[in-house]
Amino acid sequence: METWKQSKAVFWTLATPGTLWLAIFFVAPLAIIWGLSFAEKTSIVDTEITGTLSNYIRALGTPVYLKIIWKSIWISALATLMCLIIAFPIAFVVAFAPDKWKPILLMAVILPFWINLLIRTYALISVFRTRGFVNFGLEWLWDGANSILAFIGLGPAVLGAFEPLQMLYNNFAVIAGLVYVYMPFMVLPLYATIERLDKSFLEASLDLGASQARTFWSVVFPLTMPGIVSGIILVFIPCLGSFLTPDLLGGTNATMIGNVIERQFKAANDWPFGAALSFLLMYATFGALALRSLFAGRKSGMEV
Amino acid sequence: MSELAGTNKAASPGGRAIAGPRGRHMTIGPLEYGRRFWLRCFVAATFLLLYAPIFTLIIFSFNDSRRNIVWRGFTFKYYEKAWNNDGLFEAFTNSLTIAVLTTIIATVLGAMVALLLWRYRFPGKPAYEGFMALPIVIPEICMGVAMLAFFSRIGWPSGMPWPLNLSAITIAHIAFTFPFVAIVVRARMAGFNRELEEASKDLGASEWQTFMNVIVPFMRPGLIAGALLAFTLSLDDFVITFFTAGPETVTFPVKVYSMVRFSVTPEVNAASTALIVITVLATIVAMRFQTPDKTEAT
Repeated sequence: METWKQSKAVFWTLATPGTLWLAIFFVAPLAIIWGLSFAEKTSIVDTEITGTLSNYIRALGTPVYLKIIWKSIWISALATLMCLIIAFPIAFVVAFAPDKWKPILLMAVILPFWINLLIRTYALISVFRTRGFVNFGLEWLWDGANSILAFIGLGPAVLGAFEPLQMLYNNFAVIAGLVYVYMPFMVLPLYATIERLDKSFLEASLDLGASQARTFWSVVFPLTMPGIVSGIILVFIPCLGSFLTPDLLGGTNATMIGNVIERQFKAANDWPFGAALSFLLMYATFGALALRSLFAGRKSGMEV
Repeated sequence: MSELAGTNKAASPGGRAIAGPRGRHMTIGPLEYGRRFWLRCFVAATFLLLYAPIFTLIIFSFNDSRRNIVWRGFTFKYYEKAWNNDGLFEAFTNSLTIAVLTTIIATVLGAMVALLLWRYRFPGKPAYEGFMALPIVIPEICMGVAMLAFFSRIGWPSGMPWPLNLSAITIAHIAFTFPFVAIVVRARMAGFNRELEEASKDLGASEWQTFMNVIVPFMRPGLIAGALLAFTLSLDDFVITFFTAGPETVTFPVKVYSMVRFSVTPEVNAASTALIVITVLATIVAMRFQTPDKTEAT
């Protein structure tokens, strides 16, 4: 590595285009939103930046919005926890799999992530809806049970007609959707830390008589903490800001912050309030990232 | 399997011996988590849940029934219908055009940033790296509404002829994809042997010749992987496009979104399957380029 002063011309040629692009088409738009979050609507189309905090106060002081923010947080937290519980054994199995199997298993984990988010959500709808595959399977079992009961002489249709389960348009659907969509984000950082783990620690612990459970809690868990924290943040942030999953799977019953933001920018046409809500999300993101760098120590920002 | 178990038994004295069926002894080493029955079941069940919805979607795109739940025979009918659906076809063309343009520009920008970070030490570098990673970490919806506000504030012309009407979406896509390209290319460059560069210069090559004949050939797998990553990211994006797109520019995900809101139809299944095939192929090719090949001297 050389210092930038050694070949200034090359340095500036390499640095300028990317930096400018990000400054104009990323930082400037965010700055506009940040400014808007301190603005007031003066007419239907005009807004004026007055430095007011009323948008933030409205977001954090109105029970309706406070309830939605709170709900977004607990739904995201629950989805993140579920991801962690499911992803840990998977990351473990992949990390300890024979070398021949590792790339195949990893690929199997990552591949769904590359399939369009919308398509995966749509696939979930056709599984969960009242005329979907889960209900279809349940109905089949139900009818089967009915005919068996009839066969052993308990009379026809003891269980009554099948009532399809309402699995869409509630909190359950949103949490299931978020877990389904963001699982790979949890597996990858966990896998990376478990893979780097010095296996001799585990062997030492087991040889000295600790059980597998004790080894997990006293050795593996503390040593994989950076991966766990990374995974939690990588899942929690997109969950908190998710818009598509609650929109399609939650309907009007499971509104999250993302849906409120969308409404402010489209139907409700209250951009300053939407901007304030977006920036509340941004502040939460920055807070989470700061927390991660605290845990990860000296890791650089480009590593995900 | 039994051979494997035998060698593992020798290697790990702490292994538990479990009497298998018919008295055959199978030993599972203490660290062979992948061979524990319950863990295996767990992983298999998770993969099943992960893939079952996608596979049913693909299978039922060939189903000869509008109800889309009971199998009524194999047909390509809905592929034909999706192909002849003008709105869907236009959206697909738009998506591919945006993805190709994004890929070209994002790859160039990303490669330049990667070279910059790989080659130079400069004041404020950690902060610069954080700045470059920002589009990756912030919630998509924040970036989406920011783009919406930005393009309306600067008065970006709308209603331009094709393909200029896609410019706003393309610009937004480049902004969030090129940092990903930079990460991939930089990871590839980390394995570069600087002595090759010195040798080239010692032998009289200029800076530019060294770049074209030594650095670029080494960088190529990273460039291809990064380009395919940018392509899939652009093709897949819904949230940012949803906010950036005007009423007259519809991309494939945005079109599917409006169709899904009305009903679940086999046409959507067919079009989705086509998109899945494209992205999965691109991803597999990208993965092959990303894995560092051992034959090459590094």
